[in-house]
Amino acid sequence: MRRSFFRRGYGDSPLHLLLLLCSFALTAYAGVRLLRGDWLGIVLWLVGAAVLHDLVLLPLYGLADRALQRAVPAPVSYVNFVRVPAFVSGLLLLVWFPLIAGTQRSRYERSAGLPADVFWPRWLLITAGLFAVSALWLAVRTAVWRARERRRDAGS
Amino acid sequence: MSHRSPAWRSPLRGPWLTSVFGLILLFGIPVLFVTGLLSYAAYNPDLSPVNDKTPDKGLLGFYLFSWPTHPVWLYRVTQGVHVTLGVVLVPVLLAKLWSVVPKLFERPPVRSLGHGLERLSLLALVGGGLFEFVTGVLNVQLEYVFPGSFYPLHFYGAWIFMAAFAVHVALRFPRMVRALRGRDLRAELRTPVSRTRPEPPDETGLVSPDPAPPTLSRRGALAMVGTGSAALLVVTAGQSLDGPLRNTALLAPHGREPGRGPNGFQINKTAAAVGIRARDIGPGWRLVVRGPGREVVLTREQVLRLPRHGAALPIACVEGWSTPDQRWEGVRLSDLAGLVGLGERPPGVLVESLQRHGSFRSVVLRDNQVRDPRSLLALRVGGADLSPDHGYPARVIVPNAPGVHNTKWVARLSFGETA
Repeated sequence: MRRSFFRRGYGDSPLHLLLLLCSFALTAYAGVRLLRGDWLGIVLWLVGAAVLHDLVLLPLYGLADRALQRAVPAPVSYVNFVRVPAFVSGLLLLVWFPLIAGTQRSRYERSAGLPADVFWPRWLLITAGLFAVSALWLAVRTAVWRARERRRDAGS
Repeated sequence: MSHRSPAWRSPLRGPWLTSVFGLILLFGIPVLFVTGLLSYAAYNPDLSPVNDKTPDKGLLGFYLFSWPTHPVWLYRVTQGVHVTLGVVLVPVLLAKLWSVVPKLFERPPVRSLGHGLERLSLLALVGGGLFEFVTGVLNVQLEYVFPGSFYPLHFYGAWIFMAAFAVHVALRFPRMVRALRGRDLRAELRTPVSRTRPEPPDETGLVSPDPAPPTLSRRGALAMVGTGSAALLVVTAGQSLDGPLRNTALLAPHGREPGRGPNGFQINKTAAAVGIRARDIGPGWRLVVRGPGREVVLTREQVLRLPRHGAALPIACVEGWSTPDQRWEGVRLSDLAGLVGLGERPPGVLVESLQRHGSFRSVVLRDNQVRDPRSLLALRVGGADLSPDHGYPARVIVPNAPGVHNTKWVARLSFGETA
């Protein structure tokens, strides 16, 4: 009886509340320490990371994917021969963007003693390689399908 | 049942797919957390303020222990795993967030107090998780755009993320197990696009009420994410490996060797980058060794005449890269302690560098590190004198210590001092 009263007021079990309160206590303990620096900047980064991802990055790649589907008039399964290499190439760019774009070129060269201008051409070559493998795969698959069709036609 | 935006039409979204990504992260994230905590312990932050970038950690440092000197490859492995696994999990994290995005727009936004609190916790989960991945990925590329020093941001951010992660796992684990049991993985891996159907609608609110025709199977989605992870692994992991595999790290910051010969291995900070001038390390260089009430000043020739020993040890950076074992040659730290009367059971040591700027210009090593016979003030590497970029005239090399604790351009060793 008391439990259902709690559930009606809170919307979930007491255990749910207890777990969340434990979690928030730890968050507060670490949070006051985290925010001792540039607290506004840090809050903006924490919340901004979620907002930018959910409201900008994710809709952007969703739209790009839809545009791709419209641009490829062939049978649906052909889309993936563009989608997968584009995804992998984009992922490499996303993760290694500062190196590929050379945003910290002079700091990197001064620190590591290595030239910084290799990453951009490497990423382009990797991208070319990914699309080449995909094209080759598609060509082989198409050839196999055609051969199968010819055999079927010859058989009938 | 909540009303969802019809914009989310992917036929692949559903509790099973979300649970597969969730399961991978359930194993991966704790590995990142534990290796991260170990890295903090490896700095021996409780020894001295100069070792500790988060001195106000309080209870969050409860687990600290004295960092061992063996196995010599331990930090190389734990930190290599921390950075490489973090990079490899990026596509899984993105896929997991993609799979649950309709929940962001669920109506009504808050159904009850409990639901509201849980959504607040999810903000900490998503914001904290992305914050950790973004700060880590930027830091290893020297892109210091985040608001403050990397160490406190990544350390306290990790605790905020893990607080939310733990409660999320606790609340969602039964649902994840149910969803995974609800579909047969092997059957799923045999289902092509043509036979792909949306998961049955359920109370999770993940399945699209108006699904578009499939252009990708669930196995295809898993393969695509897996290919992304594999590609990131291939272009990254080499910077922690020996031999020809190192050349595979095409996009990682430390995949190439900066030079040839004995001093051709990876450099974290060159002499020029930290303000070392030629006259600092010329014939006028002196090594000061201090102990309680005693001080000895030595030229490089005098240091070279002390008993010399060898040790094969790697350099392993907090940024995840490491070098193969290098053959160092130099004077044991314990022998140097003996010069100032501390030969028996030497204490820890404060090591100070000539470098003018940069973090960790001075560090404190613990007694177990000083006493290890492989801990050297190295003068030579691979049979040659150290190069200026590797710390000429003399540098510290300690087994299993993080790279920045192997101080270069050493000017002073103060035994028994903690800064």
